[in-house]
Amino acid sequence: MEARRHRYTLLIDLDRCDGCGACSVACAIENNCAVPPAEAGPRKSILPLRVDRVVHQQGGEVDEVFVPIMCQHCQHHTPCAMVCPQTAVDLDPETGVVSQVVDRCLGCRYCMAACPYHARSFNWWRPEWDTSLARHLAPDVPVRQRGVVEKCNLCHGRWQRAYDRAAEEGRRELEPGEFVPACGESCPRGAIRLVDLDDPGDPNHGDAHGDRAFHLLDRLGTEPTVTYLSARDWVRRIDDPACFDRDREVSHA
Amino acid sequence: MLEVALRADAPAVTVPAAPPETPSRHCSRRAFTLWLIPWALLLAAGAFACLQCLVDGLHHTNMDNRYVFGLWIFLDLTVIALGAGAFTSGLLAYVFHWKEVRAVLHLAVLTGLLCYGGAVAILMVDVGQPLRAWFTFWHPNVHSMLAEVTFCLTCYLIVLAVEFVPILTRHRRLRSTPGVAVVGSRVHRGMVVLAVLGATLSFFHQGSLGGLYGVLQGRPFAFREELWIFPTTFFLFVLSAMAIGPAFLVLIARVFEIVTRRLLVPRATIDRLARLSGTLLLVYLALKAVDTLVWLNTTVPDSGLQPAWLYRQPPFGSWVLVAEFLVLGLVPALLLRRAAHQSRAMITWAAVLGCAGIALNRLVATLQTLILPSLPFEDTWAYVPNWQENVAFAGVIALAVIVLSLAHRADLLFGRHPELESSASER
Repeated sequence: MEARRHRYTLLIDLDRCDGCGACSVACAIENNCAVPPAEAGPRKSILPLRVDRVVHQQGGEVDEVFVPIMCQHCQHHTPCAMVCPQTAVDLDPETGVVSQVVDRCLGCRYCMAACPYHARSFNWWRPEWDTSLARHLAPDVPVRQRGVVEKCNLCHGRWQRAYDRAAEEGRRELEPGEFVPACGESCPRGAIRLVDLDDPGDPNHGDAHGDRAFHLLDRLGTEPTVTYLSARDWVRRIDDPACFDRDREVSHA
Repeated sequence: MLEVALRADAPAVTVPAAPPETPSRHCSRRAFTLWLIPWALLLAAGAFACLQCLVDGLHHTNMDNRYVFGLWIFLDLTVIALGAGAFTSGLLAYVFHWKEVRAVLHLAVLTGLLCYGGAVAILMVDVGQPLRAWFTFWHPNVHSMLAEVTFCLTCYLIVLAVEFVPILTRHRRLRSTPGVAVVGSRVHRGMVVLAVLGATLSFFHQGSLGGLYGVLQGRPFAFREELWIFPTTFFLFVLSAMAIGPAFLVLIARVFEIVTRRLLVPRATIDRLARLSGTLLLVYLALKAVDTLVWLNTTVPDSGLQPAWLYRQPPFGSWVLVAEFLVLGLVPALLLRRAAHQSRAMITWAAVLGCAGIALNRLVATLQTLILPSLPFEDTWAYVPNWQENVAFAGVIALAVIVLSLAHRADLLFGRHPELESSASER
């Protein structure tokens, strides 16, 4: 029997997110992200998942939202996969996950230039962990060497573990909730959930296709799968430059 | 002429006779050494900066996760465009039989070799894992413009190296080695094939370099509509390189003349190349104007943006358009087009302006593409290249100067033109 096709992705409720950053930390730890030296700053850090704070003003009202941003796992003309010269970016048609083949990466960073979400990081330094941190490296996730690009792969190590368990039980399909990425597991407010967009039986399927759902930069036509939720109208237009014109903008983080 | 046979049964090969011994036209050895010393020091500093990045990592540069391309890629694109004089002049001389161009053919080949070789060398420092460069040949992504660039650039570099062989074999000492002159002569016979091959490869890699940006769907400043299967920038980069290549040749020849205080290239050669460059620049500017209008009125609005938004980020304001089209576009194009009515100095300045225009085009394509965040709420960051980036590229330029100087001193670049030697220097 052939395995069913999936489109696993993240469902992020922006009305619940309070910007604590636990998802970002959990992501970095789960995926053995190198700890850059202090001089790296945000510009040269390894951040597969970052949280942007966006403040918006209309009339006298000021509102804000925290937006966790990671690889959006684009399904159509995937910008990074299209440009990589040596096929080091892979869109898995069975899971819908875009992953980076780090052992093949040339480090040309063309994929980073192509990504409209700035969701990719380059290893500018040789990865190093002090002794205490090195003891906590996840055994399922290979560390990356200097000079390669990395990104969110939807916690592939966790997916593989869950899939191996299912295979041991004679199953080829994962049950809903059997595989949870680190960001979703760590979120104290339950703002990040995993969803299979192609599975109508998924408990989060309704939310992912509901009125509150939207995708960042959908207009580019790359079919990003990461789905954001918000009841606020301006938040659903957060990727529109007109939403931040000179009269209404306060600041962005 | 001299006839040489490699084996008894081999057909005789005609080798051009060595130029007659004439009094040296060059400066003293001491003066030449003094000229080379600062360039050698700059080359050493560049090599140190490159080694630092190769051994310790690219954190020694000011590039970051947003400015993933910086000074090096901008200059790579620029010198590759400027080096296009090699394939343009080869095509003109060997296929279209423009006799005037032959006076700068050797200079064109060596300049091209240095431009392309320098660009590839810096590219190897710029990538994080240079030892994996061969992976592109093993696991090529046929949809990637960068894969096409890699293939064509590698092949063309080989073609340029082969084209350089007959020039190198003209060296006085090499000629005295048995067989060397024959090798040079035999390679020279295949020049028509090499010229066509070089032009074909150059067409695709110059175009792919433009396509690198044009295909970036997620970058509104760079993305362009497709013509056939390529974005319009593919064709604009090819045309701009073909246009500026001859002008850069004229510029390099003029720099030689100014430094050596001698006239080295016949006026007819300069005029013909300058006129060609001016004409092609005009065609390029016209097509670029059409492309820009379509882009601003169709492509950008279709992606949900206002054109003004693309030019709101300093230092890249709308002045870029004025500079590219008028000051560094139309002005040099018209001056070069009317080269026959200009002094050598004016042609030199026109070539400088034209080259600066193409450099600005490559700068904007590289940095303005990256400076504008696709998500409107994101910060814009500034980028200023640090000393390692500057010195590394300066080292490549120093290497080019040293090689060109040595080649000129060995009389490999320019032929003898009695009419020039008897006339007074005109500057």
